[in-house]
Amino acid sequence: MSSTRTTPPSPAGTGRSVRRPGDRVFAGTAKGAGILILVILAGVAAFLVVEAVPALTAPAEDIPGDRGLAGYIAPLVFGTLLAAVIALLVATPLAVAIALFIAYYAPRRMAQGLGYLVDLLAAIPSIVYGFWGIFWLAPKLVPFYEWLERRLGFIPLFAGPASTTGRTMLTAGLVLAVMILPIVSAISREVFLQVPSLHREAALALGATRWEMIRMAVLPYGRSGVIGGSMLGLGRALGETMAVAIVLSVSGGITFNLISSGNPSTIAANIALEFPESSGIDINTLIASGLALFVITLAVNMLARAIVNRRADFSGAN
Amino acid sequence: MAKRIDVSDLNIYYGNFLAVEGVNVSIEPRSITALIGPSGCGKSTFLRSINRMHEVIPGGRVEGKIVMDGQDLYGPDVDPVDVRRQIGMVFQRPNPFPTMSIYENVAAGIRLNAKKMKKSDLDDLVERSLRGANLWIEVKDRLNRPGAGLSGGQQQRLCIARAIAVEPDVLLMDEPASALDPISTLAIEDLMADLKERFTIVIVTHNMQQAARVSEQTGFFNLNGVGQPGRLIEFNPTEKIFSNPDEKATEDYISGRFG
Ligand SMILES: Nc1ncnc2c1ncn2[C@@H]1O[C@H](COP(=O)(O)OP(=O)(O)O)[C@@H](O)[C@H]1O
Ligand SMILES: [Mg+2]
Repeated sequence: MSSTRTTPPSPAGTGRSVRRPGDRVFAGTAKGAGILILVILAGVAAFLVVEAVPALTAPAEDIPGDRGLAGYIAPLVFGTLLAAVIALLVATPLAVAIALFIAYYAPRRMAQGLGYLVDLLAAIPSIVYGFWGIFWLAPKLVPFYEWLERRLGFIPLFAGPASTTGRTMLTAGLVLAVMILPIVSAISREVFLQVPSLHREAALALGATRWEMIRMAVLPYGRSGVIGGSMLGLGRALGETMAVAIVLSVSGGITFNLISSGNPSTIAANIALEFPESSGIDINTLIASGLALFVITLAVNMLARAIVNRRADFSGAN
Repeated sequence: MAKRIDVSDLNIYYGNFLAVEGVNVSIEPRSITALIGPSGCGKSTFLRSINRMHEVIPGGRVEGKIVMDGQDLYGPDVDPVDVRRQIGMVFQRPNPFPTMSIYENVAAGIRLNAKKMKKSDLDDLVERSLRGANLWIEVKDRLNRPGAGLSGGQQQRLCIARAIAVEPDVLLMDEPASALDPISTLAIEDLMADLKERFTIVIVTHNMQQAARVSEQTGFFNLNGVGQPGRLIEFNPTEKIFSNPDEKATEDYISGRFG
């Protein structure tokens, strides 16, 4: 009928040597992309290290603040971690609750609308959050901080004196929480929706209420996804620059006092604020702090991975 | 404690689609009732309406009555959650909770009932349920391993153990062996013969030999065409269905002269 010749099927056993062009192109592209990422990462790391060396070797009195590099960076690292941890502690439960509501409680129409709304929060530029934080949120929080100082002042976190502007570490953390809320809740929502109906029905058929079904089947299944989303959020919170630079009133060093006006800055905000007026060794110092942020972010990611892998055979991925 | 189920004039819908129409049947306690019929005739739909799992699907609703030992399962003040605690279910595909160990899987239903139970009592109950599901010997040394690590047949028996651990009155099984190899299938069939001493069992099966082997009563579902509702055509003792059925359609289906 037709004169086209079909290629004979390759005999079994030689399958390894037969590579289709499509496979080869795909494998090459994937490998190339992987290598590119490593090269970029190595390039950034190398730049940070090289530029940080002068600050690492400089005598203590040449570093701004006269307390040496460690004395300069330590409060920044502390401030960065503190703000990010506050953001994470506030945002994660809220994001999980929103995701559960959208995935399992809200009527379908409403769920869609809510989903869009939350996603929209992610599209707002961080400088807008900064202005929102300083002009709207911070003044609103002042009475609350005064109340905290009066009632819970015995807890070091709320020792005060309460800031009169509201531009405190807690405010910065709350602004960051709102900023990372969309990413954490979007990822949580996706993993919650992916829980196979097989598992949900297993719980329901045992006589689980909706909430019990969520606890038995949905949350454990989505756990690693929620952690992954939180870590993405944490990454954003650690590196956030403008919002913190605008909101946080900086003066002073390491303190757990969340509601006073004497706060450590964060690495990223500090770089943004100081860089325009820096030169020489000051710039190297800022870059050294950037190196510290780089290391922190890497460490956080590795930690997240370790947590996700810890009970991998119970993950439901098999 | 096994209970009897009386179904009268049951219509089952998916939204506006009438999937099953006019089912009238009485299911005897301490026996196995098999439901057979071609694909898509509504066997699963009917089975899931018995423990009110049907309404979990958006748009799923029923008309008519299902009464279990005098209790109207669709009565106005009946909580479907309570119904499901009394009527256990085993699904076509084994579905142990992937994030739980074998032990936790079996204990899952008891934990739901929120009864505080001593660790040793719970251990006993888990062992008893696993023995009841003929799985104890295979898993007793790895109770803390994930349930998803077992073979398909073992997973299905784990699901049976999970279902019987809460001592339901009725056990529904939707093609419990269709995803399993012949040896696992026989293991499940043997198990059903034991379980019927304690439970009312309703099993959907594609496999007519299986229905003939395990059940006392058999119901034949059929439908007249695509888009038509499924109906319970005949319900009789299994022996009669397989030797001398009342309906021509049943005979055609059983002898393979179908469609
Ligand atoms: N989730 C669903 N939504 C809508 N229709 C469904 C759904 N599940 C089953 N049906 C329909 O209900 C009818 C009966 O299906 P089912 O009970 O699964 O049949 P069986 O188990 O006998 O093969 C079929 O027409 C099927 O298409
Ligand atoms: Mg079916």
